[in-house]
Amino acid sequence: MNPKLAQKIAFSLLFLVTLIIILPVLMIVFVIVKEGASAITWEFLFTAPKDGMRAGGIFPAIIGTLSIVLCAVAVTLPMGVMAAIYLNEYAKENLLTRIIKLSIVNLAGVPSVVYGLFGLAVFVMFLKMGVSIIAGALTLSIMELPVIITTSRNALNSVPQSFREASLSLGVSKWQTIRHVVLPNALPGIMTGAILSIARISGETAPILFTAAAFYVPHLPRSIFDQVMALPYHLYIISTQIPNMPKNITYGTALVLLVLVLAMSVSAISMRIYFRKKKKW
Amino acid sequence: MVDKIIAKDLNCWFGKACSVKGLNLSVHSNEILGIIGPSNSGKTTFLRMINRLNELSNNFKYDGSLMLDGVDLKQIDTETLRKRCGMVFALPLPLPMSIYENVGYGPLRHGIKSKKYIDEIVEKSLKAASLWDEVKDRLDSSAMKLSGGQQQRLCIARTLAVEPEVILYDEPCSGLDPISTAKVEEAMVELKKKYTIILVTNNVKQASRVSDRTAFFLMGEMVEIGKTADIFLSPKDKRTEGYIMGRYG
Amino acid sequence: MFSRKVTDSIIEKLIFASGIAAILLVSLIFFFLLREGLGFFSEYSIKDFITGHFWYPTSKPAAFGILSLIMGSLFVTLGAAVIAVPVGVMAAFYISEVAPVSVRDVLKSGIELLAAIPSVVIGFIGMVTLVPLVRVMFDIPTGLSAFSGSLMLAFMAMPTIVSISEDAIRSVPWTYKEAALSLGATKWQTMYRIVLPAAAPGILAAVMLGIGRVIGETMAVMMITGNAAAIPESIFDPVRTMTATIAAEMGETVKGSMHYKGLFAIGLVLFVITFIINFIADTFLNRVKK
Repeated sequence: MNPKLAQKIAFSLLFLVTLIIILPVLMIVFVIVKEGASAITWEFLFTAPKDGMRAGGIFPAIIGTLSIVLCAVAVTLPMGVMAAIYLNEYAKENLLTRIIKLSIVNLAGVPSVVYGLFGLAVFVMFLKMGVSIIAGALTLSIMELPVIITTSRNALNSVPQSFREASLSLGVSKWQTIRHVVLPNALPGIMTGAILSIARISGETAPILFTAAAFYVPHLPRSIFDQVMALPYHLYIISTQIPNMPKNITYGTALVLLVLVLAMSVSAISMRIYFRKKKKW
Repeated sequence: MVDKIIAKDLNCWFGKACSVKGLNLSVHSNEILGIIGPSNSGKTTFLRMINRLNELSNNFKYDGSLMLDGVDLKQIDTETLRKRCGMVFALPLPLPMSIYENVGYGPLRHGIKSKKYIDEIVEKSLKAASLWDEVKDRLDSSAMKLSGGQQQRLCIARTLAVEPEVILYDEPCSGLDPISTAKVEEAMVELKKKYTIILVTNNVKQASRVSDRTAFFLMGEMVEIGKTADIFLSPKDKRTEGYIMGRYG
Repeated sequence: MFSRKVTDSIIEKLIFASGIAAILLVSLIFFFLLREGLGFFSEYSIKDFITGHFWYPTSKPAAFGILSLIMGSLFVTLGAAVIAVPVGVMAAFYISEVAPVSVRDVLKSGIELLAAIPSVVIGFIGMVTLVPLVRVMFDIPTGLSAFSGSLMLAFMAMPTIVSISEDAIRSVPWTYKEAALSLGATKWQTMYRIVLPAAAPGILAAVMLGIGRVIGETMAVMMITGNAAAIPESIFDPVRTMTATIAAEMGETVKGSMHYKGLFAIGLVLFVITFIINFIADTFLNRVKK
C-alpha cells in the first residue's frame, strides 16, 4: 500500500479510537446533568431524606462527605508534604531510602477497598474509634498519603538544583532555602496534586464503607466520633438497595457528587495550565 | 602579603574518582588568583571546596586541610563560611523573583529587617556590580527578563550584598558575549580593592587580562603557580606552555 | 543568628518526624493485614482457600474457597485489558504524536476528568445505560455480567494507560524520530517502527498499572457484574470479584469471626497481587528513565 495512504488511514483510526474514550465522558456528564438537574432544589440540597430515602434531600450526606474530606485533608496534606520534603531534601541516598521510596510508589496502587480493611482493623477496632468521621478520615488520609507524597516529591524535584545552590552559596541555611526558594516554586505543583487528591477522596466509597458511612442518620454529625451519611455511599445505597427509588433523586445525587468532584478537578487542571504558561524557568 | 586561604596536602574524591590530588596553594588577600586548566582538571572542585558546596553530594570525601584566615574550614559553621566566601556560578543563576528581591534575598535571610537598610544594600551592591544604571528604574521586574550579561552581574551583586570577604568566580563568562564579558571583568578588577578573588576560567586570555597570579591545574594536580606575567611569558613546565599555546585544552 | 539556628533545627526535626511517621503509618498497613489475614490461615489451609470452589462463609460447616472469586476477578480483568490496552495505547499515540497542540491539551484534560469521576458514579451510569443495552444486544437473561464489568473497567483503566503510555512515547528521544524521518519514512512508519519499540517498556508499565487499577476496582464492579459467586463459564455470566466480596460482606460479619478474617485474607491476596504488579511496572518505568 502507498505509505502516504497508509498513514492517512492509520491516523484517522487513531483519531476515532481516541473519540471512543472521550465521548463517553461527555455522555456521562450530559446524561447526569439532563436527568438530575430537575431534582436540584433548595429542599433537595438542604434537608434530610424522608420516606425511606424516596423523598426529601441529601443534606446530611453532603455535610458528612465534607466533614470526612476536610478531616482527611487536614491530616494527609501537611504530613504528606513534610514527608515529601524529608525524602526529597533531607534523606540520604541509601538502601533504606530507596526501599521507602519504592514502597510509597507501590502503595499508591493498592486497592481502595484494602485500605478500607486496614482502616477497619486499625482505627475502628484496634484504636476503638468505632465507625466514625475520624476513622473514615484517617483511612482516607492513609490511602492518599502515598499519592500526596509522590506528587509533592515530583514538584519539589522539578525545582532546579541550581536554585538551591545559588541560595546556599549566599550562606542561607538549608531550611530557609527550602522555605523561601524551593517551596514557593514547587507550590503550584503541590497544590494541583493536592486538589486532585481531594477530588479523588471525595468520591471514594470503598474505604469509608466500613469505617465511617452510615445507611441513614437523620441529624447532622455532632462530633468527629459520629457516624455519618456520605454522598458516594448514599448514591450506592439508593441506586442498588432501595426498590422503587424515584429516578430523579438518584440522578440528582449523582449530579451533586459529580459537580463537587469535577469542580475541584477542573480548577486543579486549569491552575496547572496557568502556572505552566507562567513558569519562569 | 597576607594569606587569606591556605590549602595543605588537599585530596578529594567523588566516590572512587579522585578529583584533586596533593594540592598546596595559598591565596593572598586582595588579589585576583586565576586558575586555568582544561575541563576535569579539578579547578571547579577546588573552588566548591572553599564554600563546601561539594558536600551536597553524598559521595564526596576529602582529606588534608583548607584554612580561611588561619582557621580550618571544618571549625567554621557552614552558613557563616558561605556568607564569607560568596560564589558566582558558570551560568547566570538568578532566582525566580524580582531584581530587588534577588539582591535583597541574602541580607533579608540573614536577619536584616529594616527595609531602608536593605534598600541601601541593594543600591550599593548593584552599583558595585556595574548594573545599577541599567536597572534602577525597574527593580521590581523579574530578574529572568534581564539579558545574560545583566543576569550574571545581578548574581555578582547578590553575592556582594551579603558582604563576603572572598568571591569565588566559577567560569563566570562562559555563556556571555564579548561586551558582557568585558563588563563583568571590569567589575571584577574594581572589586579587587575590597575582596579576595579566585577566578576559575577556561579562557586563558581572560586570566591573562585580569588576574595578578595564575595557577595551572591539570588532571587534579596543580602544575605551577606564579605571577601572571611569568606564567604566560616564561612558564617553567612544558605542560603549562603547551596549554597556554593552545596545543591541548 | 542564634535564633535562626534554633528555628531551623526545630522545623527540621518536625519534618523528620513527619516523614518517619508517614512512612511508619504506611508500613502499618501490611502489618495489620498480615495480622488479621494470618490469623485466618492458622485455622484454614491456604490450599483450600486458594483452590476451593465454594465460598459459603456463613453455612455450617463454612467453606472459604476463593477460586470462583479469583476467576471472577480474572475474567473481568482480562476482558477489560483486551479492550483497554489497544484502545488506550492507540489514543496515547494519537494524543502525543498526531493531535495538534491545542487539541492535545483538551484531550488530556478530558482524560484526566475521566479519572476524576467517582467509581460509584460510573457504576450507577453503567447500571442504567450499559447493563440493559448488553442484555438486549446479546440476548442474555441479565446484563449484569463479566462482559459489562469488563467494558466499564476498560473505560476506567483508560486514564492510567493513556497518560503513562503518553509519557513513555514522549520520552523517546527526538533524534530517533529525526533519523527515521530524514531517511524518507512517513510519520506513521516512524511511529510504529521506531517510536513504538523504543517506548515499549513504558507502555508495558502503563498496561501493568492499568491492570492493577482494574483488579482493585470495587464499587463499579460490585454494581455491574451481578455478584454470583460461581466459576463463570462464559464472559456473559454474572461473576463476583474479590474486591466486591469484601465490600459486600464486611458490613455483615461478626468482628473477629472466621468470615471476618477470611475477608482480610482476601484483602491480603489483593494487596500482594497489586504490590507485585506495581513493582514490576515501577521496574519498567525506571528502565525508561535510564
